[in-house]
Amino acid sequence: MKFGVLQFPGSCDDLDALAAAARVGDAELIWHADRDLHGADAIVVPGGFSYGDYLRAGAIARFSPAMESVIEFAGAGGLVLGICNGFQVLCEAHLLPGALLVNANLRFTSKQVRLEVSRPDTAFTRACGSDACLSIPAKHSWGRYHADDATLTAMDEAGQVVLRYAPGENFNGSLRDIAGVRNERGNVFGMMPHPEHAVDELIGGSSDGLAIFESIRLSVEGAIV
Amino acid sequence: MAEQSSQGETAHELPTVEDAIALGLTAAEYRLVCEKQGGAGGRAPNQLELAMYSLLWSEHCAYKHSKKLLRTLPTDGEHVVMGPGENAGAVDVGDGLVCAFKVESHNHPSAVEPFQGAATGVGGILRDIFAIGARPIAVLDSLRFGEPAVARTRYLLDGAVSGIGHYGNSIGVPTVGGEVYFEAPYEHNCLVNAMALGLASRERLVRSAAAGPGNVLVLFGASTGRDGIGGASVLASAELDAADADKRPSVQVGDPFEEKKLMECSLELLERGLIVSLQDLGAAGLTSSASEMASKGGVGIDLDVARVPLREPGMEPFEVMVSESQERMLCVVEPENVEQVMRLCAKWEVGGAAIGEVTDSGRMRVLRDGELLGDMPVSALVDDCPLYDLQPRKPSEPVYAAPIATARITLESPPPEILLAILSSPNISSRRPLFEQYDSIVQSRTVRRPEQADAAVLALPGGGALAVSIDGNGRRVAADPYTGTVEAVLECAANLACVGAQPLGTTNNLNFGNPEKPHIAWQLSESVRGLGDACRALDAPIVGGNVSLYNEGATGPIYPTPVIGMVGRLPDARRAGRLGFARAGDEIALAGPFAPSLPASELAKLLGQPLPDGLALIDLAAILAAHDAVRAAVRAGLLSSAHDIAEGGLAVALAECCLAGGLGAQVELGEDFWEAVPSVVPSPRSTSPAPGQVTAALFGEAPGGFLVSGRAQALQQLAQDVPLMALGRVGEDVLNIVEAGATAGMMLTLTLDELAAAHAGLAELFA
Repeated sequence: MKFGVLQFPGSCDDLDALAAAARVGDAELIWHADRDLHGADAIVVPGGFSYGDYLRAGAIARFSPAMESVIEFAGAGGLVLGICNGFQVLCEAHLLPGALLVNANLRFTSKQVRLEVSRPDTAFTRACGSDACLSIPAKHSWGRYHADDATLTAMDEAGQVVLRYAPGENFNGSLRDIAGVRNERGNVFGMMPHPEHAVDELIGGSSDGLAIFESIRLSVEGAIV
Repeated sequence: MAEQSSQGETAHELPTVEDAIALGLTAAEYRLVCEKQGGAGGRAPNQLELAMYSLLWSEHCAYKHSKKLLRTLPTDGEHVVMGPGENAGAVDVGDGLVCAFKVESHNHPSAVEPFQGAATGVGGILRDIFAIGARPIAVLDSLRFGEPAVARTRYLLDGAVSGIGHYGNSIGVPTVGGEVYFEAPYEHNCLVNAMALGLASRERLVRSAAAGPGNVLVLFGASTGRDGIGGASVLASAELDAADADKRPSVQVGDPFEEKKLMECSLELLERGLIVSLQDLGAAGLTSSASEMASKGGVGIDLDVARVPLREPGMEPFEVMVSESQERMLCVVEPENVEQVMRLCAKWEVGGAAIGEVTDSGRMRVLRDGELLGDMPVSALVDDCPLYDLQPRKPSEPVYAAPIATARITLESPPPEILLAILSSPNISSRRPLFEQYDSIVQSRTVRRPEQADAAVLALPGGGALAVSIDGNGRRVAADPYTGTVEAVLECAANLACVGAQPLGTTNNLNFGNPEKPHIAWQLSESVRGLGDACRALDAPIVGGNVSLYNEGATGPIYPTPVIGMVGRLPDARRAGRLGFARAGDEIALAGPFAPSLPASELAKLLGQPLPDGLALIDLAAILAAHDAVRAAVRAGLLSSAHDIAEGGLAVALAECCLAGGLGAQVELGEDFWEAVPSVVPSPRSTSPAPGQVTAALFGEAPGGFLVSGRAQALQQLAQDVPLMALGRVGEDVLNIVEAGATAGMMLTLTLDELAAAHAGLAELFA
């Protein structure tokens, strides 16, 4: 299978996501001005500051030519993973519900967090195992997940909340400890922590993030078979 | 000078010697400029020319008070690929790769506007790295502020940390380490030094020398505005005073997104071989960049200000030439490649404009739509600024007031009270509230993050790793500029040894007061002497650096602060050392020379003791032997942890190892310990050490000692190479220090929770 990793001029974790994806499949960068997704089977919208994000994180990126194609791709059922800034972009593009607000401490905060996989049965977490707890770094200024109460309840009921911060780990003040959500259809997933930075014990101190990429591979190849 | 008169400029319109003095030149320098401009008869420079001379002949650009000293530093070595004089230095790290690195200061801008001052400091040092063709892979920062009890200190700290994070995080370069000290002499003149490292393949390195008359000069990146006008002369080359706030317009504003695009564009231009040479625009803007490129290439440059893309209309030619607008680069391009260069600029959405050309005239000529506005010999601008001899004189009176005692302890207080007081003090407490504001892991290279090891460790493609450390304890340098500087260099090397790295090269930022004052001149020359001696002893030559002088506020000079950055290599990233105790049951030992003494220590500061006149002599050979032994043991995988004993002494080092590993320690100090600490207790000893002597042993400082842990057999092996003293055992969740033997007794018992609570003392500053 092939991952396509979007690259905006202000992407920072694009090469990290590319390298992480390449551990489980083929992976290729897709330039933001390119409408052609190069036949990718799954798309990763990586972390960083897409177009500087001086306006609002992801507010401009959602209108980029590549994102227009990603929106179409998602509409056709293609798997899309948004990490950090990618999560913000997917929310701005209305591919995912809710929004990311400024952290409760009002600061950029970088730390290793433990995540509970509340839904191990999704296209993005099927390789995590049940009752899994992932150790993955998070680093952002705007990561406080927010949606209105009715939406949150509906999401909970529909099984759209995939990852939650473990007790004591919700440093950004996300509602209901939400760290990662999927859309109703289940083919678009966004998370604030960075699984691509937890794929190698030597560097991340954990390889728990690899399960996210492995899950996508299983889902894509399962779909082909 | 026929063309000069064609400008219609008559003598009475020319600036006078008073104007030159207002711009920072001396009367003698002004006369020299006139001489350089006009041959035998001399010609007064016009306004544009004078503005350019005043910047290039400023302390910041010309190093006129430090260059003679800097020439004494060792700059050659087997690993050195690029030495001082380029945008950054570079060392060979094997496998065809080089590591470029440099430290630079942005002190005065940060004192005036901390967020933008610090942010653009990071932006500037990153440009230095990619200007030589290396991709930036890490940032470290070295900060100095006044005591945090002062409100303005907290404002400066918060602003500087936010600014560093804002720029580094946004551009995707990890901030992997750093240091901060709080001392009263920095209250009116904080220090913000930033260091960056980059990685490049050896053949991809590019120099900044302009070459090839007829080649085109392309300015790319951000447009040019009125920000930062006169930064080099107004801010960087004079003492700060009460009217600091008025200088805010001289501080540049950073745009990390623009720099990210500029960086990617620059690296792709080099990758495609489209440019001949590259130079970033920093202090003194186009004036400095173009002149230095011309000087290094032995060529001339014609530059047309009308072709420079401007941020606002109506800018005067001198403003265009001296603007310090950020995120700009200058490159030399062969004419046939200009179109491709422009196309690449368009791809990365950065502006690009051909603004001039390389000539064989040896002259820097500034034009506007072809009209000649200024014409100066490149050599006069860049090379002919007079260099001054310092007039060093050791002060007969103390330069610095004794610190104000802040802790409610005395030399005779019980050890637990002293340890908690030191652990919670601003200089020693955990830096977590700072480094959690930085992305330390982007680019997937960071093997050791802050507080995991004494040095940051970054994986290299071949399985090895780089290690980097930055350090400089100004208080100890103030007590003894020579020995204090040697100690700062040794501290960096000790940090590298703890992760298993051998030093490859050194960078430095010399932060000092006004060098025209004899006592500052003495600090500076003694410090540089120590720097040279230590780097020679370590075979870690200086490959680049920066000098920041005139760091004085209303209350006097800063502590003399040479900030040392050192880069080393270790062969196997998987064996990079850690500082925290890792395994219950491991033995703990003290390796290397250990001669703790209290003067100029953290405890002495907390007690309000005045600085001593001189530090104890150090046994360099013994210390280097200890480095070698610890490094070898870490590389061999013998040790579970390694940590050098530094500020706060043995007890603080023990607490740090406990906290980093989440494990306690049971330490017994027996006869052999007390006998080995001659500086504290005369030997032979018949009675228990007096309380003050215990204090000195536990909290005294001196370079050379390491705290290591590992299996008994491994430590026995290490003992073959270095003096080793068994101290105890890792385990439980409490730090116990007891006096063993005949005079047995509990000296200290504190739980990990108690230690952690004290160590979190800095958090309240960011609440």
